[in-house]
Amino acid sequence: MQYEMVIAGFGGQGALLIGKMLAYAGMKEGKEVSWFPSYGPEMRGGTANCTVVISDRPVGSPVVQRPRALLALNLPSLDRFEDAVRPGGVILYNTSLVNRECRRTDVVVVPVAANDLANALGNPKGANMVALGAFVGATEVVPMTQVEALVRETFARKPALVDVNLQCLQAGFGEARRCVEGRDRPAAPGM
Amino acid sequence: MARKLMKGTEAIAEAAIRAGCRLFFGYPITPQNEIPEYLSHRLPQVGGTYVQAESEVAASNMLYGASGAGVRVLTSSSSPGISLMQEAVSYMAGAELPVVIVNIMRAGPGLGGILPSQADYLQATKGGGHGDYRVPVLGPWSVQEAANLTMEAFDIADRYRTPVMVLGDGLIGQMMEPVELPDERPPAPDLPPKTWASTGWKGDRPRAVINSLYLDADTLEAHNRHLQQKYRQIRERERRFQMRFEEGDYDLLVVAYGTVARVALSAIEELREQGRRVALFRPISLYPYPYRELAAAAEKARAVLVLELSAGQMLEDVRLALGRSRPVHFHGRTGGHLISPEEAANRMVEVLEGRSQEVADV
Amino acid sequence: MSSPAVLEETPAAASERTRAPVFGHPESLRQVITHYCPGCTHGVIHRLIAEVLDELGVRERTVGVSPVGCAVLAYNYFNTDMHEASHGRAPAVATGIKRGRPDLVVFTYQEDGDLASIGLSEILHCANRGEKVTVIFVNNAIYGMTGGQMAPTTMPGQVTTTSPLGRDVSLAGHPLRIAELVSALRTPAFIARGAVHTPLHVVEARRLVRRAFQYQVEGCCFSLVELLSTCPTNWGIPPHEACAWVEKNMVPYYPLGVFKTPDGGDRAPRPLGRE
Repeated sequence: MQYEMVIAGFGGQGALLIGKMLAYAGMKEGKEVSWFPSYGPEMRGGTANCTVVISDRPVGSPVVQRPRALLALNLPSLDRFEDAVRPGGVILYNTSLVNRECRRTDVVVVPVAANDLANALGNPKGANMVALGAFVGATEVVPMTQVEALVRETFARKPALVDVNLQCLQAGFGEARRCVEGRDRPAAPGM
Repeated sequence: MARKLMKGTEAIAEAAIRAGCRLFFGYPITPQNEIPEYLSHRLPQVGGTYVQAESEVAASNMLYGASGAGVRVLTSSSSPGISLMQEAVSYMAGAELPVVIVNIMRAGPGLGGILPSQADYLQATKGGGHGDYRVPVLGPWSVQEAANLTMEAFDIADRYRTPVMVLGDGLIGQMMEPVELPDERPPAPDLPPKTWASTGWKGDRPRAVINSLYLDADTLEAHNRHLQQKYRQIRERERRFQMRFEEGDYDLLVVAYGTVARVALSAIEELREQGRRVALFRPISLYPYPYRELAAAAEKARAVLVLELSAGQMLEDVRLALGRSRPVHFHGRTGGHLISPEEAANRMVEVLEGRSQEVADV
Repeated sequence: MSSPAVLEETPAAASERTRAPVFGHPESLRQVITHYCPGCTHGVIHRLIAEVLDELGVRERTVGVSPVGCAVLAYNYFNTDMHEASHGRAPAVATGIKRGRPDLVVFTYQEDGDLASIGLSEILHCANRGEKVTVIFVNNAIYGMTGGQMAPTTMPGQVTTTSPLGRDVSLAGHPLRIAELVSALRTPAFIARGAVHTPLHVVEARRLVRRAFQYQVEGCCFSLVELLSTCPTNWGIPPHEACAWVEKNMVPYYPLGVFKTPDGGDRAPRPLGRE
């Protein structure tokens, strides 16, 4: 089984980091993974996106046109990738920075107010962790425990940041689970 | 050996260190800057030296000096920078100096763009600079293979006393994948000692003169014959390739190298699930090109499709291998565009269903 | 000789004494005939370098880099390991050798087209990085090997095959003063200019070459010695006139002396022999 996802947002929102953490967690799970960023002038303040593939066998194409899941951290990202997601897939978008509804009806749509949730937790910089947690909650592409361990590892040198980021991560996860469990959901990736 | 998530560029840099390289000369250019950046902090940690040269011209000539002094040495660059290095590459081929050059290709011609490309294939595999020479060229398709081939490149360089190029597209450089690296990868035990190197002459061997100048026609022709003999050996011993789905019959043989081969593989896997009979041939050594192996693989197929991030460069080698024995079709993207698996699959179906025009003789 | 001591010398000792060489062939120079033109001073400069390498006892750990220019075949003349560099790149090649093998003594032998024109970037950056190598720069105000074309160091009004009416400084600019140019860099270095057109100048040039190598052997700094040289063939005058031409036309524009030492920073050139 292979699971492809696109993570997109403004430069600085942490899209590339979220993608790396997903790939890393996948690798820790013993999966084959690839992470491929968009690069170039668009990195500077424009939209940044990356493609992550997590698979049971060696990853074929690291380039993906029809991902199974999309994490859109802002409106331009939703505009750009909304139609690409495969039917039955997942679209998670950040309602704090997206002022419209998702138009797709053949995918699981998970709206999460990542920035608002992070602000409410007193950690405005934690919006990316909210989004990551929510994405893991919505897709179950990697176990949450693996991601939590990763956050602890990432912030090992700044212990003060571990708990606040874990809080954000869990808040996002919980929000997405509530959203997903409240409806009939197409088959999980089944990994 | 623990698996580590690494960028292609970083894996290449670390692999060079594991292969015993302690010297790097280079000049910044996108999209390969992670290699010099990584080595500028990593080399001093292992007692090595990093020098940021004033230009690619200088960097490649520093390689000439260091390699001539018998030291394993690396440089990396991207297309326009590699063009500037061709002067020294020709001199190093002439003086028979082992060095490893990494080219993370970007789209051209000219300044072009910084997005992925495979448009330096001809420059890399047919010499690149002036004079009759070839450079072994290795085209990895994954981050792990990029690391492995970089380590192997040092051995090939030392074995045949030649520059060796690791040719990656921007994708290989920028993507991250799990990599396993040995703590240390010592040089192959059967490599010849570098008695030719300029290490100070104490009279215990012939005086070392690192040189490519032969003003006498007979001497220069003899030197060229020697080089050609060496290239024949390389062609005999260093051909590398991989096939997928070669068991059983297939109607279509897809030929691609580097990351494009992975895109092709994904497309082929999807088509095979639909019952289409397609196989993949992936050259790993681009010089020497596995002509014979490709010709043999094409015998089972009704048609051949070449996929490249160029206007059709490796295509020329495929046609050289196959002659008129099989219709050859082509699909390429330029400008930094990638080929998506869907795009590749569509072209495969077009060829299979007779809706594609074969490449014309011009 | 009328000294009693000499008169008492045995015939065997006398024979030994008269056979003892007072002026031999430096070990660092191979005993081969060079290809240089009659009256050319490359041979003198080769010898100075060789004598210094002998004197410092570093021949067996020296690697030289020859240029593209008249001295392209210098690798046949120095009795050390050698590299032949592409045009202008000798300082980059020397950088590679020295960084790869810091224990070696590395020198480049370059000429005006090689160093001052096509290789200007390489020499400036090599000096600016403070590479511990020695550069011997031979300035004879013309391209010799290619047949007498204008060099960056060609004098104003000097006729060459590509400045048939004389160098026009309004179009070709003024001759490049390399020693001054390299001295302008902040990095500590030893930079000097000498000449070899009279015996007195040769003696002084030898001192400069020795100091340059001494600084390298001590691991101290980059060193460059520019030496004004002759090209009777392409200047189209006999050798003795060529030497006079250096004195009359080149020395006033290219002042001789030490321009920079690693300890003293920048300083003005001093007159010859009073350093």
